[in-house]
Amino acid sequence: MTATTEQRDARPPNDDPHQIGRSNGEGADRVSGHGDGGPADKRTVVGFGFWIFLLSDIIMFSAIFAAYAVLEGATDGGPTSRQLFDIDNAWVETLCLLFSSFTCGLATIAAERRNVLWTQAFLLATGILGAVFLALELREFVDLIDRGAGPQRSAFLSSFFTLVGCHGLHVTAGLLWLGTMMAQVWTRGFQPNIARRLMCFSLFWHALDIIWVALFTIVYLFGVR
Amino acid sequence: MLGKLNWSAIPFGEPIPLVTGIVLVFGISAVLALITLKGWWPYLWREWITSVDHKRIGVMYCMLALVMLLRGFTDAIMMRSHLAIAAGSSQGYLPPEHYNQIFSAHGTIMIFFTAMPFVVGLMNFVVPLQLGVRDVAFPTLNSVSFWLTASGVLLINLSLVIGEFARTGWLAYPPLSELQFSPGVGVDYYLWSIQIAGVGTLLSGINLVTTILKMRAPGMTYTRMPMFCWTALASNLLIVAAFPILTATLAMLTLDRYLGFHFFTNDGGGNAMMYINLIWAWGHPEVYILILPAFGVFSEVISTFSSKALFGYRSMVLATMCICVLSFLVWLHHFFTMGAGADVNGFFGVMTMIIAVPTGVKIFNWLFTMYGGRVRFEVPMLWSIGFMVTFVIGGMTGVLLAVPPADFVLHNSLFLVAHFHNVIIGGVLFGAFAGYTYWFPKAFGFKLHDGLGRAAFWCWLTGFYIAFMPLYALGLMGATRRMQHYDDTGWQPLMITAFVGAVIILTGIGCQVLQLIVSIRQRDRNRDLSGDPWDGRSLEWSTASPPPAFNFAVLPDVQGEEAYWGVKQSAIEDKRLADEPEYEPIEMPRNTPTGFITAFFATITGFALIWHIWWLVILGLVGAYAVFVIFAWRQDEEYTIPVEEVAAIDRKRRHYREQRLVADRKPA
Repeated sequence: MTATTEQRDARPPNDDPHQIGRSNGEGADRVSGHGDGGPADKRTVVGFGFWIFLLSDIIMFSAIFAAYAVLEGATDGGPTSRQLFDIDNAWVETLCLLFSSFTCGLATIAAERRNVLWTQAFLLATGILGAVFLALELREFVDLIDRGAGPQRSAFLSSFFTLVGCHGLHVTAGLLWLGTMMAQVWTRGFQPNIARRLMCFSLFWHALDIIWVALFTIVYLFGVR
Repeated sequence: MLGKLNWSAIPFGEPIPLVTGIVLVFGISAVLALITLKGWWPYLWREWITSVDHKRIGVMYCMLALVMLLRGFTDAIMMRSHLAIAAGSSQGYLPPEHYNQIFSAHGTIMIFFTAMPFVVGLMNFVVPLQLGVRDVAFPTLNSVSFWLTASGVLLINLSLVIGEFARTGWLAYPPLSELQFSPGVGVDYYLWSIQIAGVGTLLSGINLVTTILKMRAPGMTYTRMPMFCWTALASNLLIVAAFPILTATLAMLTLDRYLGFHFFTNDGGGNAMMYINLIWAWGHPEVYILILPAFGVFSEVISTFSSKALFGYRSMVLATMCICVLSFLVWLHHFFTMGAGADVNGFFGVMTMIIAVPTGVKIFNWLFTMYGGRVRFEVPMLWSIGFMVTFVIGGMTGVLLAVPPADFVLHNSLFLVAHFHNVIIGGVLFGAFAGYTYWFPKAFGFKLHDGLGRAAFWCWLTGFYIAFMPLYALGLMGATRRMQHYDDTGWQPLMITAFVGAVIILTGIGCQVLQLIVSIRQRDRNRDLSGDPWDGRSLEWSTASPPPAFNFAVLPDVQGEEAYWGVKQSAIEDKRLADEPEYEPIEMPRNTPTGFITAFFATITGFALIWHIWWLVILGLVGAYAVFVIFAWRQDEEYTIPVEEVAAIDRKRRHYREQRLVADRKPA
């Protein structure tokens, strides 16, 4: 907003890890956004806003989780989770997603070093792992539908397909975003706004991981008990 | 090619929607033609449609709400006039299937497209000004939010002319809203217009939470924030926490209807009560999303017009945040009759009564603010006093309904209808009108006409009591809500009384329309150059009216509670303003059509989904992604206002301010 904003944005992100909320001191280096030093810098604002969005997204998932919990037993005489779920497939999916989070973290580190090549390489790895995850999930869906256990079969399967499918849709959106980000890094390099978007993307990707961990536990691990 | 859409979607056989539709189409065409003939399009496009200025967006939200108030009220007076006739052997003039659409549309429009845009608009306009900053955290996102809301408005109004609206009530309970019982497009119109507008609201909530928590003027600590900012914070936290539940719930119903899922169906193991739980887990916080900003408006208005600081500021903050948390713990009181058992009902009944405590704290704080103050009975103050009386009555009937055994008797009766109108009209709407009158001079630089404002207030107040007190009695006599016809002619006198009340409210609305027209025509007479027409206490009154694009030439340095009051008093004492600050060039976000284009594609996608025009759905989604990519590649997102311009604008403000403070005023 002011000239100092860009200067603050340009400084490396790990500049003030322990001064959050500090209220003493004068001048431009005061930690801002808490009412002392005026509005926070753009990086903080964008990161904070995106966190709030992620929280709202997690609340949306929690509503679907609740629906799944209510309807899990409502199989309408059809197949149950124990008969349907293939824990090995879900385990491979989990590995793919966890590793993609790891490579996403590496991409963030590379981006902080302003290394275009490694950033792109790790982003690409993230994207490939995400795509493998999606392919496995789609295969599972197709397989279930082939066995007559599609979402129209029972309320249990409706909620299963919605919960897992909603996560899958998020991964798909993430992949579209990832592709756009790679193109942006390619054409624009690490401008402050591109760096902020990369930060948001990695937050998003890790959040999908967190949701998947809950999903794997509640749907698959509890399901095959 | 066009999915389910064909000529039978136009209601040729039904005179009321057809005539309304024709009048609407002609009206809108006339307005568009006028804009084209006068050559206003470039101005509108440049200054409003593509604007990312929080003030402009706030004003557009409020205008949208006012227009939708007219639409929603038309539904209301149709229902009241119909029920005044439809007793005994008379069937009234609205056939049942049409009547059902009217009450569904009335509720949906009044909550989602009148009350919501009104409070979101006020928050958008006021919060950055009160916090002493230049805009919200994400200006472009703000524009996207507004236009998505407008997209929802457009879709819901299209249902009047093309197809039909839902006949399921404003929350579309399944199994009635399932495909089996509502095969038409009505529920689909409901689902997609709410879904699109809901995403807009969610984004707006994220934006304002970030703004309040991360973008405040230097020195504006949490306990120095004006009360309205606190209530806006609570309200937007609730938006962030509640609207995703709505999104998920509506998505589940959509999947049921479109892809044959079994979330809420009668067969396949579906559970309709789960929808009712989920929708109220959003719906009850929604009530507080609406009322909390209104509480904030009253706090500002009562303090300003009592010429006193708000009594019990910290208890007010605490009460607000208590309500914010408690609002998530009461949803089941909307369906005590579900049969959850005595323990569950008892818990939710007690929680509901507990929530009356912080609300009571607020009422007492406002009363004590007035006590010993020099109260000026300007129009915003009238709305506030009218609110206090009316809202207490509504709150008490609410506590009555919170007693499960009483609720079993009163559930779904006109008593309930009277209760929630009592709190929504007496609370939210009066608050919105108070805020509208209070901040109008800030937005436009002139006051609203005083006499017509008073007339509007008295019409609304008396009209409200005459319209809704009979409904309490009728509810106790056994009249149910959503009732198109009744056999007992003994109810008719009360029904006619209620209709008379609605006509008095109509007069009030007429006064408000007239007030706006007269005020604009006589704007020179009511001009306020000082920027502080009500002798205000918070930062929005320290800048010019209307505020410049950058709000504050130099970000204010806040020294205590009531950020502007102290500064003003020392200026009056010293007989001069503080020294001229050192001006700097200001960077502001550039206007962008992103919001408008996003909403354009959202409308197309929504319309195509409602009518099952699948190729258009794909086209709309691809378009939306294209907007995203193009926006991502935008450069030069900001422009700079040169220091000379900033200085010139601010010197003018200082000139008028000095005139007012030094020449006209003595120390308070």
